Amino acid sequence: MSRYTPPEQGKAGQIFDIVVVVVAIFVALWLPLKLGLAGAAKSIDALDAKTWEALGQNPTMASIWEKLGYTPETAHDIIQNRFHYIIDWPTLIIMAAVLIGYFVFLFRASDREYRDVINEKFDDK
Amino acid sequence: MAVAAETIITAIHGDRVSLLRVLGPAHVWALGVGIVLVGEFTGWNFSADKGGALAALIVCWVVGLLYTSVAMIDSEVTSTVAAAGGQYAQAKHIVGPLMAFNVALFLVFAYTMLEVSDAILLGDTIVAKAGVEGLTHNSFIAATIVVLAWLNYRGVLMTLNVNFVITAIAYVSIVILFFSVSPWTQGAVLKLNELVTPGNALPYGWIGVIAAFQFGIWYYLGIEGTTQAAEEVRSPARSLPYGTMAGMITLLIAAAMTWYVCASLMPWEYLGITYYPLWDAGKLTGSALLENLLFIATLLAALASANGCINDAARAWFSLGRDRYLPTWFSAVHPKYRTPYRSILFLLPIALAFAFIADLNQAITFSILSGVLQYTFMSINIMMFRKKWPLGTIRRGYTHPFHPLPAIVLFCLCVVTFFAIFLGFGSQLIAMTIFYFLISLWFHFYRYRYVRRGDQFTMPWPKPQGY
Repeated sequence: MSRYTPPEQGKAGQIFDIVVVVVAIFVALWLPLKLGLAGAAKSIDALDAKTWEALGQNPTMASIWEKLGYTPETAHDIIQNRFHYIIDWPTLIIMAAVLIGYFVFLFRASDREYRDVINEKFDDK
Repeated sequence: MAVAAETIITAIHGDRVSLLRVLGPAHVWALGVGIVLVGEFTGWNFSADKGGALAALIVCWVVGLLYTSVAMIDSEVTSTVAAAGGQYAQAKHIVGPLMAFNVALFLVFAYTMLEVSDAILLGDTIVAKAGVEGLTHNSFIAATIVVLAWLNYRGVLMTLNVNFVITAIAYVSIVILFFSVSPWTQGAVLKLNELVTPGNALPYGWIGVIAAFQFGIWYYLGIEGTTQAAEEVRSPARSLPYGTMAGMITLLIAAAMTWYVCASLMPWEYLGITYYPLWDAGKLTGSALLENLLFIATLLAALASANGCINDAARAWFSLGRDRYLPTWFSAVHPKYRTPYRSILFLLPIALAFAFIADLNQAITFSILSGVLQYTFMSINIMMFRKKWPLGTIRRGYTHPFHPLPAIVLFCLCVVTFFAIFLGFGSQLIAMTIFYFLISLWFHFYRYRYVRRGDQFTMPWPKPQGY
């Protein structure tokens, strides 16, 4: 097998590629933050009666909350801020499809590249 | 630690100036535990938020199993593929270039976002302790990231010596806290029976336990970073498995002690949202000495972790440049300090930027997502490794037992963790996977043209079976 000789990349091309990677990193990490896609999906189940009992706290728990500087009113939004685990099947299917598709592409494309590497490495000998 | 600063020039890729082989098993332990130990000081407790206090304990042990599998698999592959970049070098030799490119990005993102989380934790802890109105964490975050980057720039030996000392102090503080609260007696200081009751132990039921896997990862995330030092340890075949497995044992003990003390001192709703569970535990004992000790230990754990993360992320980035997966400019080694200084400097502003725009649990989630993608790769990678080079065909520094059980366990636990991330953070997972997919297309169809094919395979192994 003939040995592959990659083209030389000029300085401008290297700088362009660095910029592409930096932009991609920022878009990947910053965009979910900007679009509100990052962070926990929680919501507060508000209670009318804001007492330790109503909040499900026994005397030991209540004494610790107070030691930490909380009252039933200030602790309410912490205690009642809950996850609601309802499985959204379309989203779950999309997530599974994206993940499986990604890994299938990765392994198949990697294998194609890997065969070239092995052929060149071992056919030289 | 008496470490002779001997210089062994490696000739990988024909570099004239190479990384220094100066590290021993203690440094490997310090790198792994140093990165991870901060997880006991913050982050693991968000698993209580997702599933309750008992769920946090269950995932502590089950995720411990996941990481034991990671450590076993990693020790075998890394003791055989001893090159900077760790899992990146493994992927390059076993799966292929595109996978290697992705694995390096997983590493860089996981460690950079972990570094960001550490800096935020450190800044917030100082601000909370100072209690001064108007004081923000920004200057502390910036100082942490810049000073640690400078330390990494100056040399790996000094960096990891510092890590060894501060990690040991932070670890000892957990042990001191544990024995100071009379763990064998309930009622005096610890009140586990009154705080974790049959009614609130699993507030969301078993689905909450599965959801808690996401932050259960934080108990141990980063232990696999020990492999990044593969080109800088004097005896990779001995030091890497020894340091990694010793690190896992250390962390399992610390995680169990941390859960027991924290769950016995604060209600699960508070435990699930606090940024400083161990420092709060110190406060709740009523001892000023313990409170101050845990405050200092929280800062030291964050520093050690950020320090190790800069070390690991820079080496992964450096490896990408060296193989031309990214511009070769990144592959420079400092002529005097022998560190991948351009990679260290390049990642510095990225870490700074995200430290200012993300909050703690968002940064942690970014890091966890990249970590779990990497563990999924590792479970498949070891199967391919054993298939392409069966036992006896190449010299392995360490051979892990019970194959393929650890790989199957790891893969199954990764699937469960993906589902856990879906429960509450699904959109973030989809967004990041789409990013990795798009950047993979860029690499496969454009960037790979600049890569020399056969030169990527640097190990003195026979041709893989099946090729």
